[in-house]
Amino acid sequence: MVDVRAVEKSFGEGASRIHVLKQVNLQARSGEITMLVGPSGCGKTTLLSAIAGTLRIESGEINVLNNSLEKMSGHALTRFRAKSIGFIFQQFNLIPTLTVAENVGIPLLIQGVSSGKALTRSREILEKVGLGPRWKERPNKLSGGEQQRVAIARALVHEPPLVICDEPTAALDAQNGEIVLDLFRQVARSPERAVIIVTHDNRIFSYADRIARMDDGEILEVREQLHTEKPHFVHEHAH
Amino acid sequence: MIGLALKMLFGDTAKYLMLVAGLFFATFLIVQQASVFCGLMRWTTATLKNVGAPIFVVEERVEQVNETNPMRDTDVARIRSVSAVRWAMPLYSGIQRVRLEDGSFKTVQLIGIDAASLAGAPGRMVAGNLEDLRLPNTVVIDELATTRLSSNPRDPSKKIKIGDQFEINDVEARVVGICKAMRSFTGGPYIWTTYERALQYTPTSRKMLTAVIAAPVEGMTSGQAAAEIERTTGLRAYVNRDFGDNPKDFNTATVWWYVKNTGIPISFGTTVVIGFIVGVAIACQTFYAFVLDNLKHLGALKAMGMSNFRLSMMLLVQALTVGIIGFGLGLLATSGFAMGAINNGQPPFYMPWQIPVAAFLAVQLICMLAALMGIIRLGLYEPAMVFRA
Repeated sequence: MVDVRAVEKSFGEGASRIHVLKQVNLQARSGEITMLVGPSGCGKTTLLSAIAGTLRIESGEINVLNNSLEKMSGHALTRFRAKSIGFIFQQFNLIPTLTVAENVGIPLLIQGVSSGKALTRSREILEKVGLGPRWKERPNKLSGGEQQRVAIARALVHEPPLVICDEPTAALDAQNGEIVLDLFRQVARSPERAVIIVTHDNRIFSYADRIARMDDGEILEVREQLHTEKPHFVHEHAH
Repeated sequence: MIGLALKMLFGDTAKYLMLVAGLFFATFLIVQQASVFCGLMRWTTATLKNVGAPIFVVEERVEQVNETNPMRDTDVARIRSVSAVRWAMPLYSGIQRVRLEDGSFKTVQLIGIDAASLAGAPGRMVAGNLEDLRLPNTVVIDELATTRLSSNPRDPSKKIKIGDQFEINDVEARVVGICKAMRSFTGGPYIWTTYERALQYTPTSRKMLTAVIAAPVEGMTSGQAAAEIERTTGLRAYVNRDFGDNPKDFNTATVWWYVKNTGIPISFGTTVVIGFIVGVAIACQTFYAFVLDNLKHLGALKAMGMSNFRLSMMLLVQALTVGIIGFGLGLLATSGFAMGAINNGQPPFYMPWQIPVAAFLAVQLICMLAALMGIIRLGLYEPAMVFRA
């Protein structure tokens, strides 16, 4: 699904140039949750942005769903993102003046679906994330966990094969975090879908099928996880 | 996406109202000031509207209707002798003093017309008979005079009515009719009498004839007849239609004279420009703040695959929507002002269709500028930045 090879990316010029990604290699497979973990500033978000097609790399290859992102034009990347990627942002980024259902329907509107059909589809998916009755409310009426579920619904409404999540549990308590991660597991179980999560929240590591550890712009190790027991949310931060 | 754009706009109530208020203010200022200016310029041609003759013949150096260079009495006959002229009558027009009942004085615009033909008489009488003007010491006054010349303008029972008398330069004047007339630029009411009586009301001088009014023969236009009069007599002949692009129209010549020789257009023009600038400042600043407030949401839309073009169209739709709403409200307020001006008779107000059209274009230009600032800012926002938030 996702194949990153020898990717390099720097920011800045001259003496202030920072080498953020150094010969990064990473694969993410369909039907799996791949977690990209590491300390703040190690380059996880930069790598995620590159995989999402929102950031251009300097060298290397990024192949997502058999598309070489580094060879695509800006317009092609925009269309590719609209069709193939679902985004879950750290701070949800729900538009406060829209209802829950209208927020969820945005990816469909971007693809040119009518607002009526988008609303119907949005309400269907809100049922699946347990927020069906609240489709008419504004996001500020929802808890953090509920808002994140709305964000998940928005990321899935157009059935993208790749779902990208940036720190999905950073703003959540343990209970809501567990609900959200269980949803991610359901999402990732689809054979046509891959989920990549960037996080430094070690409470949720047990949900990953594969964990790639990063530090200082490099992938240090990639570890497959065998789920001998049901994944669970660790209710204390283990440092 | 239009629905999405408008919901984002209307959802931010404070900024939406601020945008509408700024554009409302700009519209009101531009339309109201331009219309008052046009109304004032129209008042400068009031004598032409009130006398209504197709051709005005004046002394060759006269450039506008409120300027009087007296002509010779024999000029009437000379003009009648021009083959293109169907009829020609003398006209007196001048400012005189009226002494009221209580001994106070008011200035009036006195019009003296030919007694036999009554050519140049007011178009609409509201009381009395025009023909009574032929009786001794009689005048017809306009509606403004009924209050302006009364001893107590605030008391409706003291309004001047038919049969009342006053003095014009110590000569008796009895009211036999009341008419509708356009107000004069000088502010004084209009009073009609016969040409001969006007000469009695006026302090004597060597030449008293103000102008000769005329009409063309059948088959000729006023312009052709006016040109023939000028060729034959050497006097200046103007047509009397309306302000336009014809320099031989007395309305056009009069208005342009005031535009070129007074500070009126600069004064009004400055206010109009200020209105535009203030509208730009408020709209651009508020809309830019709106875009900044929503930058992370717009960035998220970018990341989710909305193109820059569509995002720009959203901002444009938002800007044009507030533009239309602000313009509509501003025009409504100006119409309210206009109703008041028309009912009270002042200030002057005249709104040709070009004014609201120009104001609409100005307001939309303001909105385009505001949207452009937002579009540029959004263009600088990379979709990857939403991940760094």
